[in-house]
Amino acid sequence: MKKKQTGMIRLRRNEAFAAYLFILPMFAGLFIFSVIPFVQNFLISLRKVGTFGEGTFVGFSNYVKLTQDETFWIALKNTAFYALVGMPLVVVFSIVLANLINKNIRGRAVYRTLLYIPAVTIPAAIGILWRWILNYKYGIVNFVLEKIGIQPIAWLGDVHYVRWSIIFVVVWSMVSYYTIIMLAAMQGINKSYYEAARIDGANNRQLFYKITLPMLSPMIFFSVIMVTIGILQIFDFIYLMVDRKTLSYTYSMSLVTYFYECAFNKSSMRGYGAAITIVLAVIIMIITIIQMAFRKRWVQGGE
Amino acid sequence: MKRASGSKKTNLLTGETAGSKIRTHLFLIVAAFVAFGPFIWMFLTSIKTYEETIRIPLKFFPETAQWVNYAIISAKLNFPRLYFNTIVVTIMMIVGQLLIVTICAYAFDRLRFPGKNILFIGMLALMMVPGQIFIIPRFKLMVQLGLTDTLTGLVLPGLFNIFGVFLMRQFFSTLPRELDEAARIDGCGYFRIYWNVLLPLVKPGLTTLGILAMLGTWKDLMWPLINNSSASKMTLAAGLAMLIGEHTTYYEQVMAGGVIASIPLIVLFVIFQKQFVEGIAHSGIKG
Repeated sequence: MKKKQTGMIRLRRNEAFAAYLFILPMFAGLFIFSVIPFVQNFLISLRKVGTFGEGTFVGFSNYVKLTQDETFWIALKNTAFYALVGMPLVVVFSIVLANLINKNIRGRAVYRTLLYIPAVTIPAAIGILWRWILNYKYGIVNFVLEKIGIQPIAWLGDVHYVRWSIIFVVVWSMVSYYTIIMLAAMQGINKSYYEAARIDGANNRQLFYKITLPMLSPMIFFSVIMVTIGILQIFDFIYLMVDRKTLSYTYSMSLVTYFYECAFNKSSMRGYGAAITIVLAVIIMIITIIQMAFRKRWVQGGE
Repeated sequence: MKRASGSKKTNLLTGETAGSKIRTHLFLIVAAFVAFGPFIWMFLTSIKTYEETIRIPLKFFPETAQWVNYAIISAKLNFPRLYFNTIVVTIMMIVGQLLIVTICAYAFDRLRFPGKNILFIGMLALMMVPGQIFIIPRFKLMVQLGLTDTLTGLVLPGLFNIFGVFLMRQFFSTLPRELDEAARIDGCGYFRIYWNVLLPLVKPGLTTLGILAMLGTWKDLMWPLINNSSASKMTLAAGLAMLIGEHTTYYEQVMAGGVIASIPLIVLFVIFQKQFVEGIAHSGIKG
């Protein structure tokens, strides 16, 4: 009896030893490339650092400086604007499109392929492409507008339009990705619900509102969070589409763009940049917590 | 007692009328045009002459296709090199992730060890942290290790994909435990159970992980821009971004670059659509 127990313990010990060995590469990597950097980033945010050297300790003055920095407030407002305008559009359009290609119609595979292509195109290519399409002088959008009698618009050069242009491209590319996700979720809904409702005389509209949307609500909820977080971290399109020497770059900046400019461009304000990332992380954390708190109310059948 | 007639004829099973079908097609044609039309324009521009791109009024098609734009931009940006870099980085990323991530996921799904829950929650928490937090210290680390401006430096921080662990753990958890027990009776150790028995059974998971790793690597822009500076060490995404700064006036060349850079993923997607769609759909799995 006793012998058997020590045998069990030895087995357990072997198991635990094997497990630690197996997770070691992952955790060592996370420790070196995430945990330590996490702490360092905070410490850096308390310093005034240039491109080289350790800099000097300045306490929370980087954070104080942020509150008085006009560009930071612009970036913060822009980021909020992108998320608030972009997120609902992405979620609604992806549900609508997924619902359309979920129907049993001819040419479905072709539609699907065409709609999915923006999701698998590298953002760098998308950025330069839209920069060209929205070009003030030679862009095709202004050409078409002129044909119907509208004056050309400096989509990316005018500080009033640039944010809308950015949001359009963000939504355009994200809708494609989330349509894939929504369609997969829709196809996971049990067909018998629809059949039963149909027998009871429900019409298409009722099916969509009474079955599809409620059954989709966990995925919609998840998408709301992921799209929000994704847009809050927007960088690529602004960096690629807007001429970085112009005023409209400043007026379309997101927090991450501003972070990049501070930390890695000429000005080299590493500590300041680090402080921006922490502000961003706190914002994302707060928003995620708020959205999670609403989970019960929004999601059908959520815990 | 309505008489079903003409376009009002309703399919009893799907509730579709001819009218609603036409409406669906109309919506989808518009949507497909909005989604894909820009790429047609990218291609058409890429085969124009410079004069044609700045002609007013604009003409949709070039007189003759200027394939030379592709040669010019390939020489200017050294696209073969960028391709090579991107492919090398992608392969390193996929292979590395598959090894590091799957074995960790196996341990979390199948093995018992003290601290398992704490470690798992720790990973979850770390996954929630936005990536920008790590960038400055990671770059400093790369400077210390001498890995700036190297392909290894591009791959290394991205290997430890926490989401991948969650994903693969889910795939492992669908496999019956009897497999492990049978293998153990046959004298397999934990590693052999993982490697010989379970791993071959989660191939769809591996495909998903691989596709997500590939998409991530091809799309990533910021880290390559930060870590690497010389043109010969860039990925396609970063190379294209550099193109913008230097040659914005010659959009026919820039668009040719765009076509070259986006074609591989699009072709792969069209061929392996099922796997791509499954992979992306899995990125929407609730943890």
